Amino acid sequence: MIGLQLAYWQETILRIVIGLAALLGLTGAVVYLYLFKFVSFMQSRLGPMEAGPYGSLQLLAEVGKWLQKEDVFTERADRFVFAASPFVVILSTFMLFVVVPGGPGDEVAHMSNSLLYALAISAISVLGILMAGWSSANKYALLGGLRAAGQLVAYELPMILAVVGVVIQAGTLNLQEIVAAQSSGGIFGWGGIGNPYILTQFVGFIVFLIAMQAELTQTPFDMPVAESELVAGYMVEYTGIRFLVYFIAEFATAVGFSAIAATLFLGGWGLPESWGIGRGAMHVIGPLVVIVKAVLLTGVVFWVRFTFPRFREDQLQRLAWKFLIPISLANIVVTAVLKVVF
Amino acid sequence: MTAVTDRQKLAYIAQQAADARVNVELETEGMTLNLGPQHPATHGTLRIVARLDGEQVISADPIMGYMHRGYEKLSEVRNYAQITTLVNRIDWLGSFANEVPFILAAERLMGVEAPPRAKWIRTILFEMARIANIGLFLGEMGLQVGAVSPTFYAFRDREFVLNQIEAVTGGRFHPNFDRIGGLKDDLPKGWIADTKAVMVRMAEFCDLMEDLLLGSEIFEARCRGIGVIPPDVALQYGLSGANLRASGIDWDLRRDANHGLLAYDDVEFKVYTHPDGDSFARFWVRLQEVREAIKIVEQLCDGLPSGSIQAKVPRIIKVPAGEAFVSTENPLGEMGYYIVSKGDLNPFRVKIRSASFNNVSIVPWLLRGVYVPDIITILGSLYFILGDIDR
Repeated sequence: MIGLQLAYWQETILRIVIGLAALLGLTGAVVYLYLFKFVSFMQSRLGPMEAGPYGSLQLLAEVGKWLQKEDVFTERADRFVFAASPFVVILSTFMLFVVVPGGPGDEVAHMSNSLLYALAISAISVLGILMAGWSSANKYALLGGLRAAGQLVAYELPMILAVVGVVIQAGTLNLQEIVAAQSSGGIFGWGGIGNPYILTQFVGFIVFLIAMQAELTQTPFDMPVAESELVAGYMVEYTGIRFLVYFIAEFATAVGFSAIAATLFLGGWGLPESWGIGRGAMHVIGPLVVIVKAVLLTGVVFWVRFTFPRFREDQLQRLAWKFLIPISLANIVVTAVLKVVF
Repeated sequence: MTAVTDRQKLAYIAQQAADARVNVELETEGMTLNLGPQHPATHGTLRIVARLDGEQVISADPIMGYMHRGYEKLSEVRNYAQITTLVNRIDWLGSFANEVPFILAAERLMGVEAPPRAKWIRTILFEMARIANIGLFLGEMGLQVGAVSPTFYAFRDREFVLNQIEAVTGGRFHPNFDRIGGLKDDLPKGWIADTKAVMVRMAEFCDLMEDLLLGSEIFEARCRGIGVIPPDVALQYGLSGANLRASGIDWDLRRDANHGLLAYDDVEFKVYTHPDGDSFARFWVRLQEVREAIKIVEQLCDGLPSGSIQAKVPRIIKVPAGEAFVSTENPLGEMGYYIVSKGDLNPFRVKIRSASFNNVSIVPWLLRGVYVPDIITILGSLYFILGDIDR
């Protein structure tokens, strides 16, 4: 990774620290930027203004508050499962973060089929949510957990199918190689901006964004947490640090998925090769580029979240099975045909 | 109790047990979901016990009374001037509208009539209460189906209306401004111009809500065909107001009754109905109702008559013996007061007919067979205020 020679355990710790720093730092930035400010301005209010300049330390205050709160267990809760479920969810998020490439050869964990891994590992969060829903001994939590399970499973499929188009075009399941293919590619021989796959895979990109919104259980697909009917769904019994972990996981997953989307469709960390930026410089510029792209995409998630009303569970399933999946299948066919033709 | 032998008792128990066994074999276990009394969708402390099969509602019972404040009984030990401050708190979003039918009923008993200017100002404030109340509903309905932002816009723009109400009455929520025979005060200077500006703003707010919610496919998917009330059922359950008009029944007390009591005869307005009777229709009818209310206020502001605002009434009000019932078209529906007086300082009996109580009575009929998310849409679109149910 860097020129240093490190023992395996030292390197492992370093990787975990970098991964956690990326996760927490980006989550904090996104929460402040979008949940506190962007949304407040959308709703004609100021958002937090007291803690720090323009409320920038509000999140620290909130974290401090959550850490102090009592860790409440419901009387009939399945204590071990209840306690473990937030950590299962955030583990899945963390494991998603580690494969996002941030520069030439810069990623927390090297993997040859990292895209496959990313899609698989992100599905683990369903387990955590089901665990929370079941173990809370609360009917709202149970309804929310079951809704979440049905929804997340239903939207895995369009998400994976949307990605297949990119995979066909790039000819690889490795995120690094997908980035390289985009930055070295060209549009009919013109390499001025490389070939970000959003241009050719725009259908896949839209389907991916919709499926991502559903995977994140954000409005218009937020029935698992629907605050006006299920109060907070599967999270309803969580307090203190466990709620904090859920909170972080929610926003970190948003950033994680956005980073994957940025990598797949917007060229990831790469800048077009024709710009002639050296490999050494990309170690520094690359992470910034991917972070900017990911944060912008997260902005789209929140923009949609605070604009639209929410679907009903059956309408959501109908959207996935009758609309998104056929479209992404058609996209795959067209991509495959064009790949052979060109 | 009829006498039952032990044998009959045992046979009954055996029968019940056999039934239970069959039920266990054939059916999955249902779930009872308690919505409320503390639940974000019930705007207060309404409790709905829903029996669920999966996400489908088998039966739902609204349980009310968690916020009962006994205004009918309290009215019996207060004099007429003190009662307006109680009834303010019934429908707390459109408070001024609560005072009007009570004062009108008392005036009818006493045989006094407010001067024209007082009537017009009453009507203006009545309609502004309607705008404040239903304007909030328009945003709130967005929240019920999951869109958070419209609620903030509704609270922001309602504030302008409340400011105008406060400028006249001194109270944002509890004006306590209506008096027997007139009003407490005249309008402050410059109020008419300000109100007109606010009305322009509220018209923009209506357009905004139309764009954000009525124009949204998701909102339409959530509301169209959900909670359909056929006209005959609506009449049987005694619905009133926009809930009734959304079922296609053209009935509005502002136009159809109380001629001469308020200034509605002197303005042009349209009563909107919708043939569908679903949640979408109820939202649509209310949106148009706000628009019409804005037009009414603008017309009334233009043609406000001059003159006194208080008719001659005795200093100590003693209402002559008799009974009177006056109901008006309040933001939530028909609201009426039935006052029985024995000629004392305070009424002998006051019966309050509030709109939400009847509107909510249809809930068990309406919620049968819907899904859990639709409970919220339907409750939201029926639009009740807890204070109006529980008095």
